[in-house]
This record gives sequence, C-alpha cells and structure tokens, in this order.
Amino acid sequence: MSGIGGWLRRGLIGLPFLWLAVFFLLPLAIVAAISLTESADTIPPFRPLFGMAAAGLQSHLTLANYRELAEGCLGAYANSLGNAALATLLCLAIGYPFAFAIARAPGLWRHLLLFMVMLPFWTSFLIRVYAWIALLQPSGLVNRLLLDAGIIAAPLPLLYNAFSVELGLVYSYLPFMILPLYGSLMRLEESLVEAAADLGAPPWRVFVGVILPLTLPGIAAGMLLVFIPAVGEFVIPDLLGGPNTLMVGKLLWQEFFDNVDWPAASAIAMALVAIVTLPLLVAQRLLARAAA
Amino acid sequence: MTGSRGGAALRLAALVFGFAFLYLPIAVLVAYSFNFSRLVTIWGGVSPRWYSALWQDDKYRAAALTSLEIGIMAASAALVIGTCAGLAMNRFVRFRGRALFGFMLMAPLVVPEVILGLSLLLLFVAAQSLTGWPASRGILTVTIAHATFTACFVAVLVRAQLAGFDRSLEEAALDLGARPLAVLWRITLPGISPALISGWLLAFTMSLDDLVVASFVSGPSATTLPMAVYSSVRIGVTPEINALATVFLAIVGAMVALAGWLMARQERRRLAAL
Repeated sequence: MSGIGGWLRRGLIGLPFLWLAVFFLLPLAIVAAISLTESADTIPPFRPLFGMAAAGLQSHLTLANYRELAEGCLGAYANSLGNAALATLLCLAIGYPFAFAIARAPGLWRHLLLFMVMLPFWTSFLIRVYAWIALLQPSGLVNRLLLDAGIIAAPLPLLYNAFSVELGLVYSYLPFMILPLYGSLMRLEESLVEAAADLGAPPWRVFVGVILPLTLPGIAAGMLLVFIPAVGEFVIPDLLGGPNTLMVGKLLWQEFFDNVDWPAASAIAMALVAIVTLPLLVAQRLLARAAA
Repeated sequence: MTGSRGGAALRLAALVFGFAFLYLPIAVLVAYSFNFSRLVTIWGGVSPRWYSALWQDDKYRAAALTSLEIGIMAASAALVIGTCAGLAMNRFVRFRGRALFGFMLMAPLVVPEVILGLSLLLLFVAAQSLTGWPASRGILTVTIAHATFTACFVAVLVRAQLAGFDRSLEEAALDLGARPLAVLWRITLPGISPALISGWLLAFTMSLDDLVVASFVSGPSATTLPMAVYSSVRIGVTPEINALATVFLAIVGAMVALAGWLMARQERRRLAAL
C-alpha cells in the first residue's frame, strides 16, 4: 500500500477529513457566530446575526454575552481551573506510584493489573459518579462507619461541596493519568536505572535523577488528558457539587437548558475553547512525538 | 525503589490503595443493589427485589433499547471513519491539511463534552433551518454525534496497531500484482483485526455511556439509558438504579472479558502460524 495513489488514498483521507470538518470544525464556527448574537423568544431562541428589515440590512452583532460573562461568571471559571488543576496534581500523586507498581509487576500480572485499571473506564461514568453519593451522604457508608466507631459525634459534610467534587474528578480521571504514565515507564531503559544503582546512587536519587526525567513525556501527556476534560466537566459538579462549587460545564448546561439562553451558552463555550486550546496544541505535539 | 524489599512493599501498598480507590464505590453499589431496604442506611437482608422492579420498569427497558440501537449504529460508523483515519495518518506521511487532520482527530478525545454537545446541536439547528434536514432530532442526530467523537478513539487504536504492523506481506502481495484495495481488504484489515474489534467495542460502550452529548442533540422522541438514569439520579439514590448499574457492570465486564479472550486466542493462533 506504500505506493498507492489515486482514489483509495483520496477516500481514506477524504472520508474522515470531511466528516470531522462537517461535524466537529463547522459546529465550532457556528458556536462562535451565535455567541455574538442576541437571545430572543423565538425558535431557535436567538436572532440571526444579519437580517433583512424594513430599514435594510440589519445586524444583531453584539459582544454583550462576553461582557456578561466577564462580569458574572469569572467565579465559575476560577472554580473550574482550580478544581481541574488540583485534580491533575492529585491524579499524578496517586497515579505515578500506581503506574510504577504495575510496570514493575511480573509479565502476566502486568496485563491483568492494567486490564483492571481499564475496566472501570469501560463501565458507566454516570454510575461511577453516582456511586459516591451512597458513600458520602450524611447517612452514607463512610459517615456510618465513622459514627459507629465513635470517631465522630455528628455526620461529616462530605457531599455537595468542594471535597466531593474534587474526589469525583480524581476518581473518574485517574485511568487517564495511569495509561500514559504506564506507557512511558514501560519504554524506560532498565539498563540506565541499573547503571545508576550500580554506581551507588541511593534509590531516591535514581528516581529523581533518572526515572523522573525519562518519564516526563508520560507525565505531561497524563496531566493534559486529565486537565482538559476536567475543566469542562458537567456530571461531577452536577451530582456531587453544591451551590458553591459551580463549574463552567454546569454553568453552560444551566444557561442552555434552564435559561434557554443559547447565545450566552455559546459565549461560555467559546471561553472554554479558548482555555483548552493551548493545552490541546501541546497535547497534540506530545502525542505526535510519542507516535513517531 | 529498585527491587529492594522495601520497594516491593511500597509497590504492593500503591497497588492495594489504588485498586481499593477504583473499586470500592463500585463494590458498595453492587452490594446495595441486593439490599432489601429502600434506605442505604439500613441493611434489610439479601433480596432480588430491585431487580424485579427494574425488570418491570418499561422506562428503562425502552431507554436501553434506544441506547443499544444508537450504540450499534454509531460504533459501526465510527469503525469505518476511524479506520480510514488511522490508515491515512499511518500510511500517508505527507498530504495537504495533515496537521489540521491530526488536530481534528485528537481534539474530540479530550474536548469537554458540553462543547461537543452544544456545537453539534447548533449545527443540526442551522442545517434544519437552511435545508430542512434533519426534520427532527432523535436517534439519527445522537448517532451522528456519537460516531464523530468515538471515531477518534477508533483511529487511535488502529494507528497504534499499524505502528507495529509488519508490512512485508502487503509489499509481497503488491509485487505479485494484487490491487491496493484487495491488499487492504485481504491483508491489512485482517492483520489489524484486534484493533478493529476493540475499537468497535470501545465506541459502542462510549456511546452507551454518554449523557452530555446525547442530552444536547436528542429530542423528545429519543431518551437514551444514561438520560433516563440521570433523571432518576438527580432526585437522589434509588435502589433500582443500583440494580441497573450492577446489570450494566456484569454485561460490560463479560463483553470486555470475551473480547480479551478472543484477541488473546487470535494472537496465539497468529504466533502459531508463523
């Protein structure tokens, strides 16, 4: 197939290219356009960007949605960025030793352990987030055990706050951190680690001086794979969050479904796109390098 | 941490802690699904009560069928699109728009779902007002949306398998005068069948799992299983959902195990044939 040209080549490139252009790129352009218009009580609930009126061509171009965003919604963006950043660091702290232990397990075990990390990823995200409600609510399992053991006198507020949102994010996105870390740990030259140890480096120096720098691409890829989707997460802040833990994804959802303000929702989406574009470009370069 | 006894103990601790964290909530959920009591606080003994309640609930059955239909169609479309994309990225090192193509293939993997959902809905609305298509939103629009983002996951798997693919067979067939399409169909695709199987399954389970994108692009005619689950879960913990989750886990677990077994068997046969 190396020398093929012609229609097979055009088809293999053209079909997915066109599909993604129409169903991924074009929709983003439409969001950008609608974020600049006014909402209205019509179907669909916004004014066309340009319309013909008695007075001639009329435009409804406005930056009002972005102005409102800057005035009223910065808290949600700060929350999202903060929560996603903390979740990324926690995933790294938990995921690195986890991935390291899997990568060092004997052959057959390694496949089984990796499979067990992936298995929750294949099951329902919604249900895994929901499972925490039964654990964390005031009458839930965690509080019951602590109460019965006499450690606490009254139920701890574990649910519908920043703690439960953070826990949900770390829990849901941990596999995204482990997989690239595992990949780069498996590519690690064992001889380099052994050489450092033979030359008398204590284990922590081997780790900081050899293992850590060589697995940096995996660390970076894992961090991006956790951070980017976590910033716009909806299900977790919705099910586990409270009134003080509004995140951008939920804000967008509310504007769209509850307030039926499509232009405002579009402006929120565009600001979110702006936030994730830079990490996306970095992630693409990293993944391209890993694939090469 | 390199082979010493202390290191081994630390690694074991990391594994125990990590898997406890990943599996404890799921285990508790499964246990509660057999609880007779409606309340999570009280253990009322083992009972299949919530399973029979679930079985008699038409709402979930209809939603499950809708999700199944969408999942099968979306995964099949994603398999075609994603395989083409994976082949194109692996085989054609240079073509116009390759960087853009790579970006469009990568971005849907991580872009927040609310953005995918909102943007596709606005596309469908715009298309409807310009061309009259799609006449209504429902199974078809959700299928298109799911096929779009799951195709990118298929492409990743196909590309990864092609990277380790021995091309001597393809070259031999071409040298012997086989047409490129025949080579693709008879040699390349069978050679990457593990990626095709796992790609389809991944696309299928992701479609089955999606709440956010489906909520945006669906209409009143189509409620998927996650949408039905979400509307009950919002109210609070309901034991029926625990039973549903357990059934779902059992099916997915069995499917993934079966796929793993099939792929392992094929790999053994391939190695034996060499």
